[in-house]
Amino acid sequence: MERDARFAGTAKLLLALAVGLMVFKAILPQGMIRPPEWLVLPFADWINVVFSFLQNDLGLMAVTRAFSAVVEWLLNVTANLLYGKSRWPNLGPIPWSVIAVTAFMAGYALKGWRLGLISGGTFVWIALMGQWKWAMETLSVIVVAAPFSVILGLVLAVLAWRSPRFERVLNPILSIAQSLPHFAYMIPVVVFIGVGPKAGAIVTIIFSVPPMIRMTLLGLKKVPEEVIEAAKMSGATRWQLLTRARIPTARSEILIGVNQVIMQCLAMVVLASFIGMPGLGQKLLQLLQSLKIGLSVEIGITIILLAVTLDRLTKAWALRQPMHEAASPSWITRNRLLLIWLTLCAIGFGLAHVFPYFLEVERRQALSVAGPVDALMDHLIRLITPVTLWLRWFLITWVLIPMRDAYLWLPFTAVLVLLAALGWAIGGLRSALICVAYFGLIAASGWWDRAMITVYMVCISVLIAAILAIPLALWGARNPERAGRILLICDTAQTFPSFIYLIPVIMLFGVNDVAVVAAVVVFAAVPLVRYTIEGLRNVPPEMIEAANMSGATQAQLLWHVRLPLALPTMLVGANQSVMFSLFMVIIAAFIGTQDLGQEMQRALSSTDVGKGLVLGFAVAFMGLLTDHLITRWSETRKRALGI
Amino acid sequence: MKPMKTMLVGATALVLLAPAVWAADSTDPIMIPLHNWSSQIVMSHVVGDIFTSMGNSVEYVTTDSQAVYESIRLGDAALEMEVWEGAFGASFDAAVAKGGIHAAGAHNAITREDWWYPAWTKEACPGLPDWKALNDCAALFKTPETGEKGRFLGGPVDWLKHDQEKVDALGMNFAVVNAGSAAAIWAEIGAAEKTKTPIVVFNWTPNFAEAVWPGEFVNFPEWVAGCNEDPSVGPFPDKTYDCGNPANGYLKIAAWDGMKDKWPAAYATLTKVSLTNPQIAEMAKLVDIDGMEPEDAAKAWMDANPDVWKAWLN
Repeated sequence: MERDARFAGTAKLLLALAVGLMVFKAILPQGMIRPPEWLVLPFADWINVVFSFLQNDLGLMAVTRAFSAVVEWLLNVTANLLYGKSRWPNLGPIPWSVIAVTAFMAGYALKGWRLGLISGGTFVWIALMGQWKWAMETLSVIVVAAPFSVILGLVLAVLAWRSPRFERVLNPILSIAQSLPHFAYMIPVVVFIGVGPKAGAIVTIIFSVPPMIRMTLLGLKKVPEEVIEAAKMSGATRWQLLTRARIPTARSEILIGVNQVIMQCLAMVVLASFIGMPGLGQKLLQLLQSLKIGLSVEIGITIILLAVTLDRLTKAWALRQPMHEAASPSWITRNRLLLIWLTLCAIGFGLAHVFPYFLEVERRQALSVAGPVDALMDHLIRLITPVTLWLRWFLITWVLIPMRDAYLWLPFTAVLVLLAALGWAIGGLRSALICVAYFGLIAASGWWDRAMITVYMVCISVLIAAILAIPLALWGARNPERAGRILLICDTAQTFPSFIYLIPVIMLFGVNDVAVVAAVVVFAAVPLVRYTIEGLRNVPPEMIEAANMSGATQAQLLWHVRLPLALPTMLVGANQSVMFSLFMVIIAAFIGTQDLGQEMQRALSSTDVGKGLVLGFAVAFMGLLTDHLITRWSETRKRALGI
Repeated sequence: MKPMKTMLVGATALVLLAPAVWAADSTDPIMIPLHNWSSQIVMSHVVGDIFTSMGNSVEYVTTDSQAVYESIRLGDAALEMEVWEGAFGASFDAAVAKGGIHAAGAHNAITREDWWYPAWTKEACPGLPDWKALNDCAALFKTPETGEKGRFLGGPVDWLKHDQEKVDALGMNFAVVNAGSAAAIWAEIGAAEKTKTPIVVFNWTPNFAEAVWPGEFVNFPEWVAGCNEDPSVGPFPDKTYDCGNPANGYLKIAAWDGMKDKWPAAYATLTKVSLTNPQIAEMAKLVDIDGMEPEDAAKAWMDANPDVWKAWLN
């Protein structure tokens, strides 16, 4: 308590200093308003020197190219099998009917009819909508990238678990990797690997490996001592201990990691097409380019369906405990499902041989829902244009422009001191130093104004998202059925490729900050809704009981019991909300912004590694700063509540 | 150990393949880059189909339209069918200066990029296409974010179109707002069409938009050499950028320097390829208006114009 009081004192002092800097802005020297020239360091040039040394003098290029040749070989095999690219082994393409049957059987074997229908149905939808080739192009990359990530993640996690020193090195790298915007990764990959499916696969691997490492490490650390003890007593060697005792015991966590890898792979489908990944993402961008919203929504639905199928399948696999049944009488009974699958596959191949329709549905024969979707969009836009016109005028004139000007007006020293005050109030000297260091580096990068615009967009988006999301979550959490439905909408909104939102928001609001904020709010609201519902649902019923008995009114119950107890979970949501907003603000450069994202887009098209990474780090630091502050605060709150 | 071994195998394979240079075309696939506008995709498929009919193997790869020149220079992609003077001239020239890429031919087409408005705008501002008339109508184009000034929706900043300089030089009552992508411009025109709102945007020819939304370019003072650099050139003697963009930019075909030796026959055909503005617009139309897939559109175009492409064969 005493410590907290001292924190508050210093924080107030710093706050007063920050206010002082703002009040006396007029008499401050220019060097305190914007980072002076001597402070701005040429990070980009340094990074470029390092990269050109690695690329040209160290000959790293030959190594990466050789590695990518291996990846490419694997990609060619899957590409041949899935969509018949003319490469070894020249067996493909496998007919869609066979793949759909296989997906159905996998679902059935793992969990039963329902899952079987979902996964089989997904592939039937893809085939009937005439998207087979694109979807298979996408899958041919994912089936190579996902196992690569899983193996790489496992190996790195085991190493980190064995050597605490390695873990200490790995941890910050993972944190930065998870908060770097996707475009920042892509530039070095283009330089070292080139473009095409192989580059897409490698970007996907880089992007999806961190959660795998984190989950595996968590699982390995949780293995109970008794299990190890028992294994040792049975005389297990170290290798056996790892492969027979530790990894199987950590199975659930590892499989959740696998699930995360697959979801991240699907999230990369559209973005990786910027560097040549073929398939659904590339098609989606082309369609959006010619304003074919209906057709791109169809592809969006396919991506969601694929995500749902793969998510449910891996989750079912993760939750299924290994079964040790008594030896069955015959081979046939034991392998009943395998036999049914083989028979169905044979039928599928046979059908495909006789009727080409079961091999591939051509675009001309395909069904389409694009017409009605387009008509609906058209109608909707006409209908709400008067509202959006007013909203656009109101937000721009009264909220966005004043706020943006205010952010840009702030002297950079005042921002730094303000952050120090915030850090000190939450976590003392250490947090204050961390805050100042992150933003100090942003100031030294020379992108201060653009960084402030990014900060302003994220702040206003998260604020609007909170205003919309928290009442919705409060309303939803009252009734489990309603909560389930809202969470489903959240999942869908999140998996839907973010690029599809960009075109309708431009049509509604035009090229300006309102459109950007509207697109970002969707993504910022999802985690807020989800974690608020989770937090409220997990409030112990005894507490509510106790409050009711002391005669609390509904409002008191909400404000003094349920919300405070749910706050730590809600904060996790707020943290994710900021992360998602940062990523989305960067992507919204495609609408037209003047922030870091616009510069990042430029760096990508001129393959400027140094600039891209500097901008990427600036965004990552904002994310890490928020993460640090929210985590510290939430820990303090938890301690205060005794959770 | 294992990745090391696989890497060695990969490296050996590369070394063994590298010196294989034959007089006939290599059996390696010719990598053709695709971008995000349809005429380029269809044209690339037409050329790809021609190469395939000559016995070559062809593969397509989607890339960024600016970064592609670096890929061609390094041999990751073999050629580029549409090098626009205005949009990609700078990237192309930079790559040429580094070496590894050259212009293999040029289309018999002109490219123009400038301020443009769809037909319904003219009804509200009848003096168009003259730029002075546009300036008098500036109030028609005002939006909340531009205040009392009219809004001109420009292309992405990295296209370097100097719209702001033009506005300043000509003393126009307009504010330049930069869209982040071509798709953003189309979405704005699409939305304006629903309510017939007057709009003036950055646009170029040939592309699909002229078939979807009929319209005209704004007539600025004619471009003459030096107008952008020398204040004395152009109507305002003390201003640079006091003119429109060149109304006849080139449209070239770029190729990797190694293509000539690796696929001599395909390269010889590529140098003969030449298309006109109407032919390019027709390709875009097949996809953007008729809703064909680019592959099918390429086949349809080749069926309809056999004499055009057969003349390119050796």
